[in-house]
Amino acid sequence: MSDLPVTLQVRPGYLWSRFSRSPVAIIAAAITLLMTLAALAAPLLAPQNPFDPAVLELTNGLLPPAWVDGSDTRFLLGSDDQGRDMLSALLYGSRVSLFVGLASVLFAAGLGVLVGLIAGYAGGWIDTLAMRLADVQLTIPAILIALMIDGLARAALPPGVHDAVAIYVLIFSIGIADWPQYARVVRAATAVQKTLGYVSAARVMGVPGPVIVLRHILPNVLTSVLVLGTLGLALAIISEATLSFLGVGMPPTSPSLGTLIRIGNNFLFSGEWWITLFPSLTLVVLALAVNLLGDWLRDALNPKLK
Amino acid sequence: MARHLLRRLIQAVSVMALAAFVSFLLFNYIGDPVNNMVGQETSGADRAALREKLGLNDSFIVQFARFAGNAVQGDFGTSYRLQRPVAELIAERLPATIELVFVSALLAITIGVGLGIFTAIRRDSWMSRVILAVSLVGVSLPTFVIGMGLIYLFAVTLGWLPSFGRGDVVSLGWWSTGFLTVSGLKAVILPAITLGLFQMTFILRLVRAEMLEVLGTDYIRTARAMGLAPATINGKYALKNAAIPVITVIGLKLGELIAFSIITETVFQWPGMGLLFIQAVSFADVPIMSAYLFMVAFVFVAINVAVDLLYVALDPRLRTGEGAA
Repeated sequence: MSDLPVTLQVRPGYLWSRFSRSPVAIIAAAITLLMTLAALAAPLLAPQNPFDPAVLELTNGLLPPAWVDGSDTRFLLGSDDQGRDMLSALLYGSRVSLFVGLASVLFAAGLGVLVGLIAGYAGGWIDTLAMRLADVQLTIPAILIALMIDGLARAALPPGVHDAVAIYVLIFSIGIADWPQYARVVRAATAVQKTLGYVSAARVMGVPGPVIVLRHILPNVLTSVLVLGTLGLALAIISEATLSFLGVGMPPTSPSLGTLIRIGNNFLFSGEWWITLFPSLTLVVLALAVNLLGDWLRDALNPKLK
Repeated sequence: MARHLLRRLIQAVSVMALAAFVSFLLFNYIGDPVNNMVGQETSGADRAALREKLGLNDSFIVQFARFAGNAVQGDFGTSYRLQRPVAELIAERLPATIELVFVSALLAITIGVGLGIFTAIRRDSWMSRVILAVSLVGVSLPTFVIGMGLIYLFAVTLGWLPSFGRGDVVSLGWWSTGFLTVSGLKAVILPAITLGLFQMTFILRLVRAEMLEVLGTDYIRTARAMGLAPATINGKYALKNAAIPVITVIGLKLGELIAFSIITETVFQWPGMGLLFIQAVSFADVPIMSAYLFMVAFVFVAINVAVDLLYVALDPRLRTGEGAA
């Protein structure tokens, strides 16, 4: 750890002092943390396992939330048509949504950072090629690319297999749709860092290129990746929910928040509003909290706003 | 300048080539076309004959050239699921999507630009603060949640507006329009708001930011000092200079409306191209998918080129070659 640049060691304290003075950031972080913990602890917290057919009884179907007439206290937020407890479904659903969101951001950021570092450090035709590719991809909205890749996988794989790997297909399609943003930012930052004295010094001392890039340049461009990644997480969660809502994401056998909203959509007209309202609320609150956190982080790390 | 345009043109051509290539790969290699056309009981010899007839035994280059040639002429083969020519299906669905996108764009641009100017000129009024706060929430709301909320409020609870479909349409030649009937006009309201809301908040924030920047410049201060009327300053000097980046971004956002219409059309069962596409994805109906990919890529490229040209037309600095990008 000793060779980490000084700037990074200073930042946590600085960040914390700004953080503790921003009520919006504290609330957003608290909500994000709470929802993440609840999702992680879903098997411990959930009143029932919503995927175990043995505990689902149709006689418990379509029960309203506990504060409405005709409810059952065992089902705090009501139940769906299968007799599945909505609260349990939400806990497990946010688990899927958060996992897919995080995994696709990590994938997109990993790929983007790698391409950005190489393009920025190497320059020349590699740089031109990578950035043109990013330009071309940015011409088309990410959600459309994700849809296309998902559709491709659906066409290429037999239906049974597809359901089993749906989660990985989803991570791949959302991740691959988002890499150009990271690549662009990291490339620009790398190109700047490359001209600084410490890189020349390392080069003169005979440090190999890959080592310079990974150990010396990478830590200096990570803050911008952090900002992009946080904002990207909110987007990835929404993208996942959108794809699942459209029926091309997570299958009903392992529903995410989007799948739950899709299922609930069928009951909107018959008056069972809770089946779609609670997953929608969860999704919106989660996305809003992560978004606000990302916004705050961007402002806090922006040297112009210090 | 010419170099910039040339670079953009090369980019446009490469996007199209890439889209055509991916469409072709999809069309030919994902899901064996022969298997999708014949039944289980077809013999090996018949299959081989069909392969030969379809030209699947030709070289890769020949097949790609044929695919591209057909695509340019609007021939994308036959849908597996609906057993009808893809071009015919798209022609049928195209008016619905274009009308929806048109109304949404109109809403997003007029309201977005109007509120953007208002919040910039009256930046400290409480109205502006409320509008900005609401727009922030609007950005975080997924399109389909907005759509479902509107359906629940205006269709299920209040019963004012229909929740699905296009209402009655009138045929004008091959174009079917919903603009000429009351039910058609009522049907477009909710989907158009759903589709346009996100872009509206985006345009609002952009117009506001650009206006604020221009209003802070020296020449505006000079104009104020000279005692020009606020309306002249805002309308004649500030707005014109703020308009350039706004118009480019609005152009690009129009393309996004087409992409996001997939979601809106699903929520409202709007019989447009997006719904056709999403059904094709669910059923792995490859010809429709590849045709849609090709068409959307074309629309995006066309918009990008148009925006570039518009940029030159609007910004005199780019024409003299001084501030070339």
